[in-house]
Amino acid sequence: MLKIKNLHAIVEEQEILKGIDLEVNAGEVHAVMGPNGSGKSTLASVLAGNPKFEVTRGSILFKGKELLEMETEDRAREGIFLSFQYPVEIPGVSMVNFMRAAVNEQRKYRNEDPISATDFLKLMRDKRELLGMDSQLVSRSVNEGFSGGEKKKNEIFQMAMINPLLSILDETDSGLDIDALRVVAAGVNKLQTRENATILITHYQRLLEYIKPDFVHVLYAGKIIRSGGPELALELEKKGYDWLIR
Amino acid sequence: MIEQQYIDLFKQYRSELDANSAEGLNRHRDAAFDIFTQIGFPSSKQEEYKHSNIMRCFDKDLGLNLRNIPIPVNPYDAFKCDVPNLSTYTCFLINDRYYNKAEQAENLPSGVFVGSLLQFAKEYPAQFGTYYAQIADMRDNGIVAYNTMFAQDGFVVYVPKNVEVEKPLQLINILRGGVDLNVNRRILIIVEENAHVKLLVCDHAVDDVHFVVTQVTEISAAASAQVDFYELEENSEKVTRLSNLFSEQKENSNVVTSGITLHNGYTRNNYRFRLLGEYAEAHAGGLAICDKTQHIDNFAFLDHAVPNCMSNELFKNVLKDKATGIFCGKILVEKDAQKTQAYQTNRNLVSSNTAQMFSKPQLEIYADDVKCSHGLTTGQLDEDALFYMRARGIDKEEARLLLMVAFTRDVVDMIRIPTLQERLITLIDKRFRGELMRCGNCEVCK
Repeated sequence: MLKIKNLHAIVEEQEILKGIDLEVNAGEVHAVMGPNGSGKSTLASVLAGNPKFEVTRGSILFKGKELLEMETEDRAREGIFLSFQYPVEIPGVSMVNFMRAAVNEQRKYRNEDPISATDFLKLMRDKRELLGMDSQLVSRSVNEGFSGGEKKKNEIFQMAMINPLLSILDETDSGLDIDALRVVAAGVNKLQTRENATILITHYQRLLEYIKPDFVHVLYAGKIIRSGGPELALELEKKGYDWLIR
Repeated sequence: MIEQQYIDLFKQYRSELDANSAEGLNRHRDAAFDIFTQIGFPSSKQEEYKHSNIMRCFDKDLGLNLRNIPIPVNPYDAFKCDVPNLSTYTCFLINDRYYNKAEQAENLPSGVFVGSLLQFAKEYPAQFGTYYAQIADMRDNGIVAYNTMFAQDGFVVYVPKNVEVEKPLQLINILRGGVDLNVNRRILIIVEENAHVKLLVCDHAVDDVHFVVTQVTEISAAASAQVDFYELEENSEKVTRLSNLFSEQKENSNVVTSGITLHNGYTRNNYRFRLLGEYAEAHAGGLAICDKTQHIDNFAFLDHAVPNCMSNELFKNVLKDKATGIFCGKILVEKDAQKTQAYQTNRNLVSSNTAQMFSKPQLEIYADDVKCSHGLTTGQLDEDALFYMRARGIDKEEARLLLMVAFTRDVVDMIRIPTLQERLITLIDKRFRGELMRCGNCEVCK
């Protein structure tokens, strides 16, 4: 599904990604771990097409198409979803209008008619219940006045609404208490199928107790320095990153 | 001197002016004339008019319809207002004249007068005399003096004590003319003790000539009165609108005004709010969406004269192309006005390098126990919010649009007529989509 080859990216003239290679297939869950500042969030931003980052070398093939030639919105319509580490507050844009616009843009891209009002409300209700979200939250402006936990839940709620092929969860566990973490993880697990894939970006093992990865990668100084199975995460939990870096 | 032709005109046509108006209006012309001959039109050398050259607006060959030659128009045919079915009581001013053939679906509560200023001056001389040209201070305002010299008719809302006019009233100002015209209209709103009224005023230019319009609005809110005064400008680029609104409030009264400039040419809106009774509240909103070479200048003066009053101002501008926006907000808290709460916010979205925004907050506070604040920002759309929306598959242009509509939202939220709020959101959306490049419904724009 996703093939990243020799990916280099800079921000403000500083090279952050220095040659990433990663392959993700349908049905897989990959965890990307690493200490702060290793480039994890940059990788997520580059995949989603954040214009603040400039790709200098390499390629990203998604379903055989070059992602780097696509606008952010087209990547989303092709099936890429980024759960933001810091979801943005958008005062004045209601969650309902925001989600309706997002769902309909996806449908338009697939040459489908806009969703009917009743189907849309049902979809909203079903997905809201999946995440145990208060009905009040979805009637408010996007993320405005949401607590840290509510914002993260809202990201997974949007993911459920859009039903993407590849979800990139950037530090979704940060700022969540243990109960909220369980709910969010359960939501992610329910959405996981054989057709889609997930990249979990985290620097704690904690999330991986709830969402089981098939592969674990260690990112350090802009490169993947070690890949392995779920046991690698446990090893990191015990030993930290130092033994890999040295 | 640009003023000279108007001074001559006034002298020459004085008898026609008087003959086609009422004694109550005529009585003020001499004093207005004296002031105007002394101070003339505001010049851009004056600090308060630094960015708006009012003089230039009058440097044209403008006609005045002083003899009240009837302008053939059926307002129901001429256009459909963009805010239909809001009110069960809709009135029209054709230029400065009240259109007295309007059909009303419902009657007003007894004692309420809504209609022609001229007729009101004749039928209610006492009330007229108490308020007309008494709230509007022309001593330092050449435009108000000019308007008072030439005004012959206009619109009145009079709501007696304890009467609540439940449904909103609507006034539609239609500009019509075969030649370039100067129109001088008056609006007088008298709301007695504990009375309530809501009014929406829509401005439309129907013909493709230049109009220079002066409008003087006087609002008197007696103790515990509630007044909502909303204005929606949808004029062509050939219209100059020079509006002066004066509002005076007694104790416990509540006044909400909002000036929405959806489409315009050259606009200067002066607001002067005076809080004269304790526990009075004034809420003033303003929103302008300007592009091409449109010009919007909002000047708001808020005078807290007594203790325990509250005021809140929120003015926003969205500018692109070569549009110019100006906001000046002056708050005066007088020495005795303790426990004043006064808040002022001005936010501007400037989306091109050629658009200009000038903003000046001014707070003069002479009392020591007050809560006053002002906030001012001028910038562009939030890049993070744009990326966030695009990352959900929303088209860049659509995301911009949603964010721009969202930017205007809190001004719309100040309006206390839900159906008008909804309609405005739709109109603002259309405006940003370029579907309202002109006013949309009049004959010129078809």
